[in-house]
Amino acid sequence: MSPGAVTEPVRDPGLQPERTRLAWRRTTLSGTVAAVLAVKTALHGQVSVVGIVVCALCFGLWLGFLALAHRRIRVLAASAEPGALAPRHATATVLLTVALAVCGAALVL
Amino acid sequence: MVVHVIEFVRNVRLWFAPQQIRQEGSTPDYRFSLANERTFLAWLRTALALIGGGFAVDQFLPDLRWGWRVGLALALLAAGVLCSLRAVNHWVRCERAMRRGEDLPVSRFPAVLSIVVAVVAVAMVVVVLVGWEG
Repeated sequence: MSPGAVTEPVRDPGLQPERTRLAWRRTTLSGTVAAVLAVKTALHGQVSVVGIVVCALCFGLWLGFLALAHRRIRVLAASAEPGALAPRHATATVLLTVALAVCGAALVL
Repeated sequence: MVVHVIEFVRNVRLWFAPQQIRQEGSTPDYRFSLANERTFLAWLRTALALIGGGFAVDQFLPDLRWGWRVGLALALLAAGVLCSLRAVNHWVRCERAMRRGEDLPVSRFPAVLSIVVAVVAVAMVVVVLVGWEG
């Protein structure tokens, strides 16, 4: 190792930040599948006002999910030893998931 | 059961208050926190899969009687909600235990969820076999 490389952060051999980043990616993928199924349910049969509203709502929830994941991924990429996830961040992600399920219940009934 | 509900409600405060967790104990190795975060995300994916399954039952089993279809879909959606709420609750409990240097919390939830999923799967088989004739 050259003397100039001393200031570079030590890379975690377990690649923990990268694995966590990929876990977020997988989660957004699952969220996308659920949102697509939700939109399909909303626009099934004849298109109604309620269907379009719920469809827009699901799209918004999906965008929110992506934004949260993107924020966390940026934090994970910025530092070699990223801090723990903020509880508010985790709660927001869960609330978006719950909201998607509530949309689903409204559509199914 | 009641004890669990009371503790759950008490933990809900922590979901929104990062500073409260950070005041307790000492910061654990960042790798432990990240591992906890990945476990949380894995549970969240399970929840999303259950919710997606609820939508799928509603969409792809149109020949079923209304009651069965809606019942199964709602059961899957409710399981997804439960799973996601439990995910954040368990994450908070683990994070706190690590800061305090306590043992990680044990949980009956994985066993309960797997039994519920097994029961739903068997119900699906019965419904698909019977529902198509009736």
